[in-house]
Amino acid sequence: MKRIFFTILLGSWVVTNVSAQETVYPASAQNETIALTNATVHVGNGQVIENGMVVFSKGKITEVKPTAAVSGAKVVDCKGKHIYPGLILSQSNVGLVEVGSVRATVDENELGELNPNIRSLVAYNTDSKVTNTLRNNGILLANIVPGGGVLSGSSSVVQLDAWNWEDAAYLPDNAIQFRMPSLMLRGGGRGGFGRFGAQQPAGDPIKRALDQIESVKVFFREAKAYYEEASHEETNTKYEAVKGLFTKKQKLFVHCNIVKEMLVAIDFAREFGFDVVIVGGSESFQIADLLKQNNIAVILEQMHSLPTMVDDDVDQPYKTPAALQKAGVLFAINDDDGNTRQRNLAFNAGTAAAYGLSKEEALAAVSLNAAKILGVGDKTGSIEAGKDANILVCDGDLLDMRSNLILNAFIQGREINLTDKHKQLYERYKYKYGLK
Amino acid sequence: MRKRRLSPPGRALSLMGLLLALKVSTLAQSTFPVNGVADPKNGYYAFTNATIVKDAQTTLSNATLVIRDGKIVSVGANIAAPKDAVVVDCKGKFIYPSFIDAYSDYGITAPTRTFGGFNFNQPAQITSNQKGAFGWNQAIRADVEGAKLFNADEAKAKTLRDIGFGTVLTHQKDGIARGTGAVVTLANEKENLVLLKEKASAHYSLNKGVSTQSYPSSMMGVIALLRQSYIDAAWYKSNPAKEGTNLTLKAWNDNQSLPQILEANDKWNVLRADRVGDEFGVQYIIKAGGNEYQRIKEMAETKAAFILPLNYPTAMDVEDPNDIRFTGLDDMKHWELAPTNAGAFEKANITFCLTTSDLANVGDFFANLRKAIEYGLSETKALEALTKTPATLLGIADKTGSLDAGKLANFLVTSGPIFQEKTVVFQNWVQGRKYGVKEDGWNDVKGTYKLAANTATGAKSWAVELKDGGVASFVAGDTLTGKYTYDGKLVKLSFTEGRGPRATETVMSGVASGDVWNGAGRDGAGNKFTWTATLEKAAVAKADSVRPRQPLQLGKVTFPFLAYGTEEVAKQETILIKNATVWTSEKDGKLEGTDVLVIGGKINKIGKNLSAAGAKVIDGTGKHLTAGIIDEHSHIAAASINEGAQSVTSEVRISDNLNPEDINIYRQLSGGVTTSHILHGSANTIGGQTQLIKLRWGGSDEDLKFKGSDPFIKFALGENVKRSSSSANNRFPDSRMGVEQVLNDAFQRAKDYEAALKAKKPGVRRDLELDALVEIMNKKRFITMHSYVQSEITAALRVAEKFGFRINTLTHILEGYKVADKMKAHGVNASTFSDWWQYKMEVVDAIPYNAAIMTRVGLNVAINSDDAEMARRLNQEAGKIVKYGGVSEEEALKMVTINPAKMLHVDDKVGSIKVGKDADLVLWSNNPLSIYAVAEKTIVDGTLYFDREKDKELRAAIQAERTRLISKLAAAKRTPGAGGAPAGGFGRPRPRYEVIQACMDHLHSHGLLAITEEEAELLNEK
Repeated sequence: MKRIFFTILLGSWVVTNVSAQETVYPASAQNETIALTNATVHVGNGQVIENGMVVFSKGKITEVKPTAAVSGAKVVDCKGKHIYPGLILSQSNVGLVEVGSVRATVDENELGELNPNIRSLVAYNTDSKVTNTLRNNGILLANIVPGGGVLSGSSSVVQLDAWNWEDAAYLPDNAIQFRMPSLMLRGGGRGGFGRFGAQQPAGDPIKRALDQIESVKVFFREAKAYYEEASHEETNTKYEAVKGLFTKKQKLFVHCNIVKEMLVAIDFAREFGFDVVIVGGSESFQIADLLKQNNIAVILEQMHSLPTMVDDDVDQPYKTPAALQKAGVLFAINDDDGNTRQRNLAFNAGTAAAYGLSKEEALAAVSLNAAKILGVGDKTGSIEAGKDANILVCDGDLLDMRSNLILNAFIQGREINLTDKHKQLYERYKYKYGLK
Repeated sequence: MRKRRLSPPGRALSLMGLLLALKVSTLAQSTFPVNGVADPKNGYYAFTNATIVKDAQTTLSNATLVIRDGKIVSVGANIAAPKDAVVVDCKGKFIYPSFIDAYSDYGITAPTRTFGGFNFNQPAQITSNQKGAFGWNQAIRADVEGAKLFNADEAKAKTLRDIGFGTVLTHQKDGIARGTGAVVTLANEKENLVLLKEKASAHYSLNKGVSTQSYPSSMMGVIALLRQSYIDAAWYKSNPAKEGTNLTLKAWNDNQSLPQILEANDKWNVLRADRVGDEFGVQYIIKAGGNEYQRIKEMAETKAAFILPLNYPTAMDVEDPNDIRFTGLDDMKHWELAPTNAGAFEKANITFCLTTSDLANVGDFFANLRKAIEYGLSETKALEALTKTPATLLGIADKTGSLDAGKLANFLVTSGPIFQEKTVVFQNWVQGRKYGVKEDGWNDVKGTYKLAANTATGAKSWAVELKDGGVASFVAGDTLTGKYTYDGKLVKLSFTEGRGPRATETVMSGVASGDVWNGAGRDGAGNKFTWTATLEKAAVAKADSVRPRQPLQLGKVTFPFLAYGTEEVAKQETILIKNATVWTSEKDGKLEGTDVLVIGGKINKIGKNLSAAGAKVIDGTGKHLTAGIIDEHSHIAAASINEGAQSVTSEVRISDNLNPEDINIYRQLSGGVTTSHILHGSANTIGGQTQLIKLRWGGSDEDLKFKGSDPFIKFALGENVKRSSSSANNRFPDSRMGVEQVLNDAFQRAKDYEAALKAKKPGVRRDLELDALVEIMNKKRFITMHSYVQSEITAALRVAEKFGFRINTLTHILEGYKVADKMKAHGVNASTFSDWWQYKMEVVDAIPYNAAIMTRVGLNVAINSDDAEMARRLNQEAGKIVKYGGVSEEEALKMVTINPAKMLHVDDKVGSIKVGKDADLVLWSNNPLSIYAVAEKTIVDGTLYFDREKDKELRAAIQAERTRLISKLAAAKRTPGAGGAPAGGFGRPRPRYEVIQACMDHLHSHGLLAITEEEAELLNEK
């Protein structure tokens, strides 16, 4: 395998071979204009520029075009390489969950049902060992999402090269996360089931879920009234937390999967005029046209999944993106896998490309589409002038494991260190066994 | 006040009615004191002029049945009624032997469940809660005697009598061994008199019932416990001093001479149980569940007799398309075909009885039985299955089951042939005593009467015609339409004159005394009068009109009985794949533009420009051909995976509970998998015996097995076996220190056991658990060990070395890279994930370079799935090893082909493309390691089990069949009562949950309807 770490290293940081992750420093601000030339540039919006050039300065992209002469810039020849926008995880718990099975390392779920005031950002741990492994596979931004309850709180978009969460914040509180109670029919003697036989309350679970959903509506109706009120005698923290929904600074991310639940999500959009995004959406292919009609975007939370039904097409989840694309729905592909800790985002997109999307459409589903859905489409998600220089240089096709090898990555123009815990342990044991 | 019972027809019978009302029995029990005066009865009766169905084969016309003292004296066509017998004229009526239910718990209380059993997060109950000199396991209840638990229950008896039953075999339906059953009649008498046979049967099941003990917690544990119990009981016969008295084993042995009845309740369970029976020389009578028609050939092969329930699935309400979306094709097909079950057994010539067991509403029995008849069961067989067959199986044919002299006077008097829809059961006689069922129709009062009334204004008369449905017409010049009722004794007549608010009603009531009825009445003006009606002409009885039946239009049984099943399973073919890039996984490497010829399930030739007459030719141009993917670590296709109740469960075997109807077999074929190693889970240190399978979609459980492969067993270390997820663990071990001791102790015990066996020491009990460990030490069984961190890996290697064997495979082995040199020295294989990490504490140091490092140190390395979803992409998981650590593409592919074949000892048969090897092949659309590679054709043993072209047809067929069934369900709901309408009404459709087995080690992305085995159990709980 070719292993070309080419030498543009911009003075701010030098790769030393084996260093603990603790000495993998966040990069400092871009202080020199860089031009990446002679590469195949995958813009992220479907466009591909052969023999292209990307110039960025002070963290922003200034030029994207066929390779031409450029002055005042450090020119890096990327011949044979591919340039991509940094990938974006639309739904992640990185920094909130370090080791899922160890309770003390989990800061993901809060008690209570209606917690719109909870903010994931303040618990986001920039020093998670997971973060650097994501960057190594092309992921430069992530939406950090709180779990638990019905209104779980607000997510925030972070960039993955930071000293602390304030540095990491890319778009704070971009969305309120609503986990819709399930409207799937349940059967069985115990009125449904929880893990290991937890007793469910008696009565019709669907009705109970609809009641819970109604209570969320009531909350938003009251929040709206509060929002319209000129001044408040008493401040209501929860209502304050969702003001952004009414001003459209925030979106409502509705976690749901089946058709009835998604129809309820549309109902929220209609009643409140919110920007609604469906997270999950494993059945979204069933009502793609309705989603399009109502401008509902979808985050396919875990594309590498089994089909819902035994009777379903065996490759249904893999081809769901193609169905959404065809209907014109704005959608993002996500990787929510808890065993690989989300590092396979690019390959989830690759699978979608094997099952009906074009490669560039698949790329958009993990870059520009994701950026638009998360509310950062004006700043990132594609390689276009004026946007942040969140850029990957890849040895080959980013979406295929055969050629997914990130050679350089830039976040806001800063070249980040691609060392992670895994590479360090790799080096340590190559040393032990005398391997080259 | 003496309450008079209003009893039916005829003098003789009203006398009987009186006797009943006075609670006097024809049966007297000598030892009991009498409170009052002695009132001996002999119950001498003659039933004359009847059509007597002696048994399913013999029908006598115009015959007489004579009974006395609760037994049949004689039965025949030319018998005169004895003078001293009460004569009952049964002209026009039918007499049948009453039915026998061989699967009842009548009169025996079901024990109540206190929720217990194994739960991964809860403390374990290691020993039995049963106090006394009994056996060790709470679910082995051989000591239970149904006869001693029996209390006659008149309310329940009546329900059963009303549908024709006279005798039942009753037992306590709880536990894996359930003790003995008793034959009792349904007479309303003291238990002493109804108990016909105290110990008639011994009962078993594959369900632990209400036992709170942790073990067994799985289907394979149940089977292992059953097997070990046979062994223990045989051993106990030698009175081993160490055991003392064990009343359970004693009873077990005592019960062996009885008919052995096992409740299987499912087609695969039938086969599982039958195999246990074969091993121990027992032929079970098997209680079925209703889906056996789906594998009727295999049912016949068991040579067992069956007891079939007649409960059918509730029809799904199809009104909401969003709900029906989640209803399974298999569930709908079973709804349609369940009534064919009994007919399928008859057609396959299998002995069977019918039972009321499992019916939610016992009253549905006749309707459901008639449905079975409509769906293919003959009436003769139906009657036999309710009379002679159960009598014979239970060894009570000398007492009941047919109408012959000397047998019990257990019979039914009916209005017509028993299975016809309009036939009424009038009476059910049990042990010579009459129990009325629906007697008001005994006398047909329909006909023309002369009605004369004496009113204050003089005599009036009408010609009255009584018709079907309680309609009466009153003719006296005008014809008035009225109503009548007749309950066997009392009559009521009425008619209305005029219309609207001014209408007036004349009402009459009276008593029928044969052909003359007398009574009093009141006319519309309120005047009272008396009346007499005299029969002039009885109505001529019309034959039961046979509803013209629509020919049944039923779907076909498919193999498997699931979406993507087919009527015919795929067959072996001669196949020639032309001009592909062939990845041999051999030293030949990758061959461009090459042909591969498959004959007789084997790779016959590899070369250029091959041809073969009659071969199916597949164009491989631009495509890639590899050996079938081998998944070293899988949990698909099994009914249970974890027997987690104890730390050592080497006695359990995945092979005992394979499930060939797992859709994941097909899904994984679509990802190029052809061989899977089905492992026990990781809940305990020494888990269960594994099974290597080939993905032969549509075959039986036996067909799945990879024939001739070496036996393996799963072990596990670390967090799972010390139950780290539980805050209340009470099961040893609780630390990695303890895990090492569990290993040491188990092998030490096995070593001592082997020595004792070799020395032929008397009294050594054969122990299935230790047998497996002895096999390991003798290199006849091989370990796949779930392991993560370097400390536990090294410790396990050293234990094996101490006992003189080597561990075959370390699976997961995410810290293998840290001790690769030690592993190499030991000679162990490594089967790992490509890039999993940080999902639990013991994998925080897992790195994706692991496979590459281990390979470079010289280990044989495989990439496995341990996940039903990821198994579909194992080729790409191998592809990642190119990215992480830089192995060559060919080496990477070997990690899912020849390398796992080597570690599973089947590299002489599979894992590479080589002449003479099994033709397990995959044709890919692209480089097989690429994310863009899609398996187009997957071949196992020269049989094309997955073909993307065929798959398209199957998808269309699934949609068409779903549509047909949904329409049929909708039609059934629109026309309730018509043929095809279910007895049980409509229910909102339950989502078709998919039980997906997993080793409980990590997370999975299995889709919305995936549930665990435990959840499925809860779901199925009534």
